[in-house]
Amino acid sequence: MKQQGEVWVYIQQQENRVVEASLEVLGKAKELAQKLGVSVSGLLLGEKVSSLADDIISYGADRVYVLESPFLDKYTTTAYAKAVCRFVKKEEPAIFLVAATPQGRDLAPRVASELKVGLTADCTDLKIGSYAMPKTKQKYDNILLQIRPAWGGNIIATIVNPETRPQMATIREGMMKLPSADASAKGEIITVSPELVQDDVRTRVVEQMLIEKKVDLKGANIIVAGGAGVGSRENFELIKKLAHMLGGEVGATRAAVDAGFIDHDHQIGQTGISVRPKLYIACGISGAVQHVSGMEESGKIVAINTDPEAPVFDVAHYGIVGDFKESIEKLISIYKTMSH
Amino acid sequence: MSLKIAVLIKQVPDTAAVTPKAMKADGTLNRSALPAVFNPEDLNALEMALQIKDKYSGSVTAVTMGPPAAAEILRDALYRGADRVFLLTDRKFAASDTLATSNVLSRAIEMLGPFDIVICGTQAIDGNTAQVGPQVAEKLNINQITYVEEIEEIVSGKVRATRVIEDGKERIVSSLPVLLTATGSANVPRPWSVKNIMKYKTAVTKQEVPEEADLDRLKQKGLLIETLSCEKIGLDSSFCGISGSPTMVKKIENVVRKGKEYKKVELTDEGITGLLTELIADYTFD
Repeated sequence: MKQQGEVWVYIQQQENRVVEASLEVLGKAKELAQKLGVSVSGLLLGEKVSSLADDIISYGADRVYVLESPFLDKYTTTAYAKAVCRFVKKEEPAIFLVAATPQGRDLAPRVASELKVGLTADCTDLKIGSYAMPKTKQKYDNILLQIRPAWGGNIIATIVNPETRPQMATIREGMMKLPSADASAKGEIITVSPELVQDDVRTRVVEQMLIEKKVDLKGANIIVAGGAGVGSRENFELIKKLAHMLGGEVGATRAAVDAGFIDHDHQIGQTGISVRPKLYIACGISGAVQHVSGMEESGKIVAINTDPEAPVFDVAHYGIVGDFKESIEKLISIYKTMSH
Repeated sequence: MSLKIAVLIKQVPDTAAVTPKAMKADGTLNRSALPAVFNPEDLNALEMALQIKDKYSGSVTAVTMGPPAAAEILRDALYRGADRVFLLTDRKFAASDTLATSNVLSRAIEMLGPFDIVICGTQAIDGNTAQVGPQVAEKLNINQITYVEEIEEIVSGKVRATRVIEDGKERIVSSLPVLLTATGSANVPRPWSVKNIMKYKTAVTKQEVPEEADLDRLKQKGLLIETLSCEKIGLDSSFCGISGSPTMVKKIENVVRKGKEYKKVELTDEGITGLLTELIADYTFD
């Protein structure tokens, strides 16, 4: 039976586990669905993946549609897009959200293009609101407001897709809070076998080379980050020392990564990952919008920079105008005496 | 084997070059003050195409959609080694969203093709959407490989490439024709060649020369950059511009980047002790 005007979330699974970014989106989707008075559903694709459905329900889904087929064993653009498009056309959700992971950013535009609907990329927030067409003055209520930065973070745009359905958007990783799981939550699981054939799979995955992530920036409560001003790989050791003492992780700007001071895994900002720790200590970071947009949600920001005019101070709660080395050494020695 | 390759390129405002001059007094960005540049990842796409041509022989056609001034990056593409370039320009294309843009680009590709490989940059630095590549592939009904870092081999109608995924990389195979999107880490774009600069430095579009200029002569010498209008590519204008764009901008807010108050901490033992005391009192370290 068709559910009217649901909010859907594409649930990405990898190696038979649900990708966290999809659950972050599910949390936001639930909030939107409650405002609209409709249910929220997860859309899960794979070969034998129905065992993951309970997990998705525990994170807030009222319903999970499981599309299972041997041709969905590994993610391939064309087979996944075909299965998703057919099912969306049949069920007609009002809103369809996808986490902006590399896979989500590969799939969502392909799906939106086939459905001939609007798609907004990398949203940082979503709301429900209204829109009036400038020419006809026709008013649309209860539509999805898709909020995203553009122009390198210098403007924030609110985008709407008033006339096409579903309203589609991809959501930037790390922007929505991961909901807490409730194992007692109840939901419906609907398993569907999409009719796919071998020709729908137009890509063959020869080999996957997965690198185990050594850095957990998203899960960190404390991040000590360095920018171009840190100056060298050796100087970055001091950043690591402070992070280690506080039980935090090490972050970096793109400039610091490009300069070879530290590995890409540590990059925070528009081209890296977005974080919201309790404490963010920014050392030798000027505060380019590309970096700031990935960390300004942090609970407390301490900025250390020799240039009092550095834009990083605009987002800081505490600012130290001075040398980062001297600052870190003092922080380390004084913290040690205070915690004894 | 000779491969026909199309490269989709875009001229963009250099959003990374925010200078004090580009900032208005109210702390917002004066967008028109930013210089226009060749979108960085589109340079990687062009380089990927040129490397394929060097290895397997073939031709490279660069296409851009934009205002008349976007001819600048087409000349740039010629200096680096593109064989043919086309400028899609028409007032009807203005304000196209990614779906409308993909309607225009795919229609042009169909008209200029067929191509074995279409390559574009993963994303442009003005919008960072990464949507146009996959949408063009869907419109052309061909396979896509996004986030391509390396082309390993092209044999018997198949391409084997390495692409970036969530937790690493994967090697995948696709039949041709295929659309690839190149990452910034794929290669180092080659510089302009002196030979090509000498050959193409006077290449112009129709709009760039006086009306009385001898267009036929320019064309014969290969120095006329062909412009394509909505009508010329045979696209119904309801598929481009505002009427072809399902997304609407409800609101634009300038991000104001000045003068939020922060607590100044002196770089002294007392200052740092005070800072740590406050952070501890706020349970920051718990």
